[in-house]
Amino acid sequence: MCCLCNTKRAMCLLTCGQSIWVCLQEIMKWNGWGYSDSKFLYNKKGQAEFTGKRYRLSGMIIPGLREWMESTFGANLQHKTPAAPILNSSAVQPPTLNEAFLKELKSTGIPFSHDAEDRVFRSHGHCLHEIFALREGKIGRVPDLVVWPNCHNDVVKIVELACKHNVCLMPYGGGTSVSSALECPPEETRSIVSLDTSQMNRILWIDEKNLTAHVEAGIVGQDLERLLNESGYCTGHEPDSMEFSSLGGWVATRASGMKKNIYGNIEDLVVHIKMVTPQGVIEKSCQGPRMSTGPDVHHFIMGSEGTLGVVTEVTMKIRPMPEYQKYGSVVFPNFEMGVACLREVARQRCAPASIRLMDNEQFKFGHALKPQVSSIFTSFLDGLKKFYITKFKGFDPNRLCVATLLFEGDREKVLQHEKQVYDIAAKFGGLAAGEDNGQRGYMLTFVIAYLRDLGMDYYVIGESFETSVPWDRVLDICRNVKARIVRECKDKGVQFPPLSTCRVTQTYDAGACVYFYFAFNYRGLSDPVHVYEQVEHAAREEILANGGSLSHHHGVGKLRKEWMRETISSVGMGMLRSVKDYVDPNNIFGNRNLL
Amino acid sequence: MASEAVYSHRDPMLKKRDDFEDILEERRNSSDLRYALKCYTPVLYKGLTPCKVSELKQMVLQSDQLGYVITQVSKEKGMTTDEVTGDAAAILEEMAQRLQLSTVRFFAFTLSKVFKTLFRSICVNEEGLQRLQQAIHNHPVVLLPSHRSYMDFLLMSYILYTYDLALPVIAAGMDFMGMKVVGEMLRMSGAFFIRRSFGGDKLYWAVFSEYVKIMLKNGYAPVEFFLEGTRSRTAKSLTPKLGLLNIVMDPFLKGEVFDISLVPVSISYERTLEEALYARELLGVPKPKESTSGLFKARKILSEDYGSIHVYFGQPVSVRSLAESRVNRSQFNLIPRHIPTRPSEEILSFVNDSAYRLVRAQEENMVLKPWVLLAFVLLQKQAAEDKQGTALDEFTEQAVWLRDLSRHYGAFLHWPDHIPPSEVVSSSLSLHRGLVRISEGRVQLALEQVGGQQVPGETRSAITPEEELLNQAVVILSCVSYRNQALNVFIRPALLASAIHTAASNRKQEIYNGFSFLRNMFSNEFILCPGATVQDFEEACYLLVKTGALQINQQEVLITERGHRTLAFLTSVLDPFLQGYQVVCRFLCEEDCLTEKQFIPAVRKFIIKHLLTGRLRYIEVLSSDLQKNALAALIRLGAVQKIKGGEEQGTLKLNKVMLNSLEDTLGGKLPTQKSVVAHL
Repeated sequence: MCCLCNTKRAMCLLTCGQSIWVCLQEIMKWNGWGYSDSKFLYNKKGQAEFTGKRYRLSGMIIPGLREWMESTFGANLQHKTPAAPILNSSAVQPPTLNEAFLKELKSTGIPFSHDAEDRVFRSHGHCLHEIFALREGKIGRVPDLVVWPNCHNDVVKIVELACKHNVCLMPYGGGTSVSSALECPPEETRSIVSLDTSQMNRILWIDEKNLTAHVEAGIVGQDLERLLNESGYCTGHEPDSMEFSSLGGWVATRASGMKKNIYGNIEDLVVHIKMVTPQGVIEKSCQGPRMSTGPDVHHFIMGSEGTLGVVTEVTMKIRPMPEYQKYGSVVFPNFEMGVACLREVARQRCAPASIRLMDNEQFKFGHALKPQVSSIFTSFLDGLKKFYITKFKGFDPNRLCVATLLFEGDREKVLQHEKQVYDIAAKFGGLAAGEDNGQRGYMLTFVIAYLRDLGMDYYVIGESFETSVPWDRVLDICRNVKARIVRECKDKGVQFPPLSTCRVTQTYDAGACVYFYFAFNYRGLSDPVHVYEQVEHAAREEILANGGSLSHHHGVGKLRKEWMRETISSVGMGMLRSVKDYVDPNNIFGNRNLL
Repeated sequence: MASEAVYSHRDPMLKKRDDFEDILEERRNSSDLRYALKCYTPVLYKGLTPCKVSELKQMVLQSDQLGYVITQVSKEKGMTTDEVTGDAAAILEEMAQRLQLSTVRFFAFTLSKVFKTLFRSICVNEEGLQRLQQAIHNHPVVLLPSHRSYMDFLLMSYILYTYDLALPVIAAGMDFMGMKVVGEMLRMSGAFFIRRSFGGDKLYWAVFSEYVKIMLKNGYAPVEFFLEGTRSRTAKSLTPKLGLLNIVMDPFLKGEVFDISLVPVSISYERTLEEALYARELLGVPKPKESTSGLFKARKILSEDYGSIHVYFGQPVSVRSLAESRVNRSQFNLIPRHIPTRPSEEILSFVNDSAYRLVRAQEENMVLKPWVLLAFVLLQKQAAEDKQGTALDEFTEQAVWLRDLSRHYGAFLHWPDHIPPSEVVSSSLSLHRGLVRISEGRVQLALEQVGGQQVPGETRSAITPEEELLNQAVVILSCVSYRNQALNVFIRPALLASAIHTAASNRKQEIYNGFSFLRNMFSNEFILCPGATVQDFEEACYLLVKTGALQINQQEVLITERGHRTLAFLTSVLDPFLQGYQVVCRFLCEEDCLTEKQFIPAVRKFIIKHLLTGRLRYIEVLSSDLQKNALAALIRLGAVQKIKGGEEQGTLKLNKVMLNSLEDTLGGKLPTQKSVVAHL
């Protein structure tokens, strides 16, 4: 299946020559998460397995998954809801083209396409409603044209032409948005051009004296890390979407990485940003590590969600690759103890590179995802561990919860650090539960998104959403939001109790980041997506009522816009509005996110 | 106003209510001892972390909330925090309950004996108890019983024990503490004691609120308290007190629990133990000698028949759903939650509205006995100076008419339909034979018998007319306390009927103005939710139209042929109050200088004078409750001003012009102009 026009493909191979870059669109699902070759399915024996070769779980049988799905959701292998296999191009509206723009664009030699598949691929992120519609073959407003600039100057040209011909531009990076940020505003009457940054994927230079790298913003997380690793460096920025999300996207949404405790979030990592706006290019004149020059203009850019311009190049901090990495895990008798432990770790400012606390439901879920054990010895050991924890230590299997840890650094220091953390954990009744559990926990981060597609094959829909909240509110928000989800589902006629679970994924001095996972069996509902959206809406209201933020790192997009005013006050809205009005008076960057 | 009237009321007649089960029946057939020793394993709150009474105290003393206040107080008073903590511990010691099952079992045994002697039956709605059990499992629960008798909270615990439900901890007034042994016994059956007033005492407030919140949040036990704050001596619901309700709602508003269930409980007594006691108290007459030695002058009380008790456990009300789209909970996001803050206007009005809703829920599920309706007829006859009494068959006819009317208005009436009305009437009369006299087939209130001075031939030192009046008043007020049980059923239609009665025209707008004026005037007297004038007006219109008493079109309100009887009845329901308030206004107009303390004795004297000279018909106006309510209303309306502080502390400053005009308006001499309404 060809998805790019031929000239484009040639371009692609040419520019990607030096890295192992392949065009992602070719190897990715058009209506689900991730790589086409990787997915969960039930084989002929009715056992769950994960296909492909890319992940540790690939090619493995997961014996517990079926029972977990059946008991958690009341799902049944007999009741399938398969997705439409291929995109029906005739369902895609013909493009609204701005001929004058197109004519001038052609003369620049920048590749573009108005092929239906190319346009549909860039018309969505990964919100539930977006994927659900694609699976049903329903296509709404999509971009009319896709352009692939190759460098900063290409972007400058495109933005100039867009301004000249009043065309709407929507920057597109990795397409992993979960805030409806990539949805084309249905009310947009101008021609919409999706500006795909994927070809701007080079590391332009590495400065070892200052430990910085200057990178084009279209580079995808995993490539950036791999390329830097080749020189012995890393950025350490690892959001869960790092396989597919791009540097520009991170900047535009204020992304957060799993290992931010060591490396910092994107705002800590960025030293210099170049962005093309309708008013011209914005960048700072130097790369000083900190400046007192009025409000930091980088903060207008970070989190602007593509409403002001296109980020083209970024100078980022880099670090030597860590000498030693070690996973770990701790079992706590209950979630309350777990949170108390994380709070203490944060108080002592000794958080490892990553520390995450799953609640009991998620612990069980993680358990269900254990691949088949090959040796009798491991299964014997597992049995022994379980016996020790539940019988000997008296942990209630329906209350216990687990924290996963990742340490990084010098071997010596890691071991020291590890001891410190385990000592704290012990004070809160925590028992060390092995490296294996920890490592599996992080691996699951990458495959969990695939699992949603499996659920959707069997009437189960769901999603995750996040917030950040002060420490004293963590337990309350977790309990209340989970309970609210359960109640809302019941009120909305969902037949089976939903999965409503959470985890604490980041710790800060003054609070934590909390993730909620929510899924339910929608058999018997006439409009499941609408029910889903109502429940998510209610859950967000609950989050805000309990002192949580509108978003920790997913951003606002169009999904959470309605709460912006109450979140940042009317004056705050006015400030953002006036920046937008100055930078982009004709709303060329018209994705209508944020404001 | 009513122009946008939407008659969307559910027909009150269709209100679904549960059936009752008599719990004494089993007590009469099986061993009380075995019952007291039965296996007791109640369903507990699912989020419960079990803890002992002593741990509970520790949790309170170590809470951030209290810690903050202790530091604050120690700074203000120049004491060490240890000293203040010691004070706090002492307060807690004085307050805390020590619920223990053995004491409850003791009560279960003795109360079984007592109840069986006093009452014919104790009826409860078992479905309500099932709902309660579910509620206790799911969320922290607050029990909100009506309060008519000392009996109430013992009775509550008794029922919960009987049904194997979690025993509550109960907020009780300090007055019980005076009775040493009883106080401790009550403490061990779950009562915790709060001082009646602790105005500015920060520390006391902090200990108290934290203690209640911790018991509630942890699901330690259902928390029980009386919304009305004290026993209603008149059997009318009292204006709810907000302090405790505010405290128990706080954990929800601040996100500390997902939800809280408030369960209104309606307890109705066919005969109140404190009947005559209350009447004397309201009249300011010293208690008769035989009852001074205590509440339970056992022999007298135990030998009497107090009929039955009905206890109705209402639908649990979720605080979450009450607060939905009403309260913005994120207002608590910016200040640490353990720092005590004054509740915002928004919260106060929310709590107030919720309190009214709950009291109304109590009222609605209050079982009314036929006697309550008979009390209406007896009192109206008495006021009409019908010295002969009413012929029994006429009396029965009126009772049946009233029965049907009250049912149409949604009253929860327990009138046995399978028994001929005449028998229902006579058995009711006989239960209350102390209050009525039947002779030669005619029935009337037993006014002359009281005091027994009418015995012929006796030449006791002449009893003064005033004493005679007060003796009559005891009977009247006792009877009033039964009539009052059903006032909430009629109050809205009665306000409308009176408004129609005084209005100069049929114009709907004018009648609405009159209604609004009266409703505002009497909002200290009856449970009328603040700000719900339009709804109340619509409800009244709806009921009267439905029963064919009125026809209402766009502009006009017309009384139908058959409506006259209903309207006459309804007007007479409100009349004692109208006249009572008028007298109070008149009294104040004639006064020059008066303090709050002097008010009750002075106004009583004034009223006695009016009654004796025949200028006032309603003896019930002697009730100090009515007088206090009237004064409170006048203060609220600005006709009277209470001076605070300074030398004139407690002096009432009177606005004679306004008092005069209010008196005239109440008497129908002045129209309720728009301006008046707007002004009020």
